[in-house]
Amino acid sequence: MARIDLDLAHSYLPDPKGEEDFALLPLKMSFEDGGAYALLGPSGCGKSTMLNVISGLLRPSQGQVRFDGQDVTALSPQQRNIAQVFQFPVIYDTMTVAQNLAFPLRNRKVPAERIKARVGQIAEMLELSGQLNQRAAGLAADAKQKISLGRGLVREDVAAVLFDEPLTVIDPHLKWQLRRKLKQIHHELKLTLVYVTHDQVEALTFADQVVVMTRGKAVQVGSAEELFERPTHTFVGNFIGSPGMNFLPGRCDGKQVEIDGGQLPLPAGHAVPVGEIKLGVRPEYVTLAEPQAGGALRCTVAQVQDVGTHLLLTAHAGAHPVKARLAPSTVLPSVGEPVWLQLMTDHTCFYKDEALV
Amino acid sequence: MSTTVKPVNQRAWWLILPVVICVAFSAVLPLMTVVNYSVQDIFGPERRVFVGTEWFASVLRDEELHGALLRQLGFSLSVLVVEIPLGIALALAMPAQGWKSSAVLVLVALSLLIPWNVVGTIWQIYGRADIGLLGATLDKLGIDYSYTGDATDAWLTVLAMDVWHWTPLVALLAFAGLRSIPDAYYQAARIDGASKFAVFRYIQLPKMRGVLMIAVLLRFMDSFMIYTEPFVLTGGGPGNSTTFLSQFLTQKAVGQFDLGPAAAFSLIYFLIILLLCFVLYNWMQRVGTGNQEAGHG
Repeated sequence: MARIDLDLAHSYLPDPKGEEDFALLPLKMSFEDGGAYALLGPSGCGKSTMLNVISGLLRPSQGQVRFDGQDVTALSPQQRNIAQVFQFPVIYDTMTVAQNLAFPLRNRKVPAERIKARVGQIAEMLELSGQLNQRAAGLAADAKQKISLGRGLVREDVAAVLFDEPLTVIDPHLKWQLRRKLKQIHHELKLTLVYVTHDQVEALTFADQVVVMTRGKAVQVGSAEELFERPTHTFVGNFIGSPGMNFLPGRCDGKQVEIDGGQLPLPAGHAVPVGEIKLGVRPEYVTLAEPQAGGALRCTVAQVQDVGTHLLLTAHAGAHPVKARLAPSTVLPSVGEPVWLQLMTDHTCFYKDEALV
Repeated sequence: MSTTVKPVNQRAWWLILPVVICVAFSAVLPLMTVVNYSVQDIFGPERRVFVGTEWFASVLRDEELHGALLRQLGFSLSVLVVEIPLGIALALAMPAQGWKSSAVLVLVALSLLIPWNVVGTIWQIYGRADIGLLGATLDKLGIDYSYTGDATDAWLTVLAMDVWHWTPLVALLAFAGLRSIPDAYYQAARIDGASKFAVFRYIQLPKMRGVLMIAVLLRFMDSFMIYTEPFVLTGGGPGNSTTFLSQFLTQKAVGQFDLGPAAAFSLIYFLIILLLCFVLYNWMQRVGTGNQEAGHG
């Protein structure tokens, strides 16, 4: 187990020039010993690159990777003592489940009785005990992925276990189970886990700390609550949540914000710089308001969707859409009618140049 | 009438008629002609006698044929034992990508493009002690080598020729098998701390099973029917040390015009290949899978 520090940049090109040539822009980041982390971002944001840099499959073109303060940049995955689980199950076809699980230990010349005990323990955790003597080749995809997970977890002394979108090939109802299992295993084994995914639900439920990435940059590191309540970048606000945060461009004069002709007074305790800003508010916190109420904006109803648990209202403030999640019993004006929406709440955030102020 | 009965349309038979005709003319009719010859003694166009299984019995008792069959089995076995491991080793050594890979692929495939009789001629000259590179070199080294005079030398030369000619096929098949292994397997093996041998034993070899099976069957069938190269190189000699089954058959059918025994022997030859391929295929399906019951698929 180890604390991992990154201070590096990586480009797949031999001679990178602009920012767009980098798969990972210069970044500094630490993963604490025993923490559960998720790297979250859209495809091509650099999260798998970062994972491969941590594991040692990829050597960063600049900078250092340190485990417990020790420079391991030039070391192989084996020397770093890293375990990694891939997107598609990798199993050794000719071996049984037990032999598959024992393989990383056997390669490291662990005594046979220790291997047996550890394999038994891991199989127990992953509910593979009944299939230990079966051929791995004939099993279903989820059982194969469990074997891959097991091979990642079987070594007690690993520096960290890395997961590269490991649940992509798994059926939705098994995903839940496996994710719960992983979390439970994390509590039992106290390993450092880094989990790459583009599924926010997966990231937020699995990890203590989520690293949100876009275009080779880690834009925010935080708990699920921090990402939800205080996104430090408009990208995070938009990416986290379903639907994402509403953003409305406006002008601030120090006391109130002008949006689409409406004057909204700032809530107490908010210091917002004068000039062009963006107001961000989660659809969960948008409520219906009386006409002309302070902090409310006049919008036009564009669409109402009944999603069962709630109503999803899409309204327009000028050219900008505003979404709101409302209780299913809410009575709404019909499409095309005006509606007043309360935007100024304690949960409202303000952004200048896409960054939180 | 139950609603689950499928509609029956007998006109669908017309659709398979072209295939039936093709197979009839290309395989069934020629084979039946051979069967026809094998049960008759033909003296002339008008005079023929039905002899039943007489030819089969006499062919099966033929000492010369037993010799040819043993030589053939020994040769095919040697071909497999040498070419399969050598082909795998070659494939493992070939560069995986870039222009080097393409260049090596072309180089390796060169010998496959040469016609059989040319291969025989090349080696005939290559092995000559006066002007051939191989023969002259061995002669200079003081090794007494003559593929026309010594049975062992002749046999080894035919084997070397086949290895030179056909190992590239095994190598190309194995190479294709290796390339189809996803990168994640190699990465996982590195992370699991697997040695080079373990990667070969537990990833590469199992993943090549399919193509290797094709390679073994192809090389077995081809070498079991080998004719042109030894015919050009040694003509079956010295003595009959390199007379393999197909050459023996040709001598009987064309040389002595014993159509009856030759036809009977053709059928036996065909059945031997069929049987051995069946055994090989089933064995390779099962080996390494731990499946002890008869394995199909």
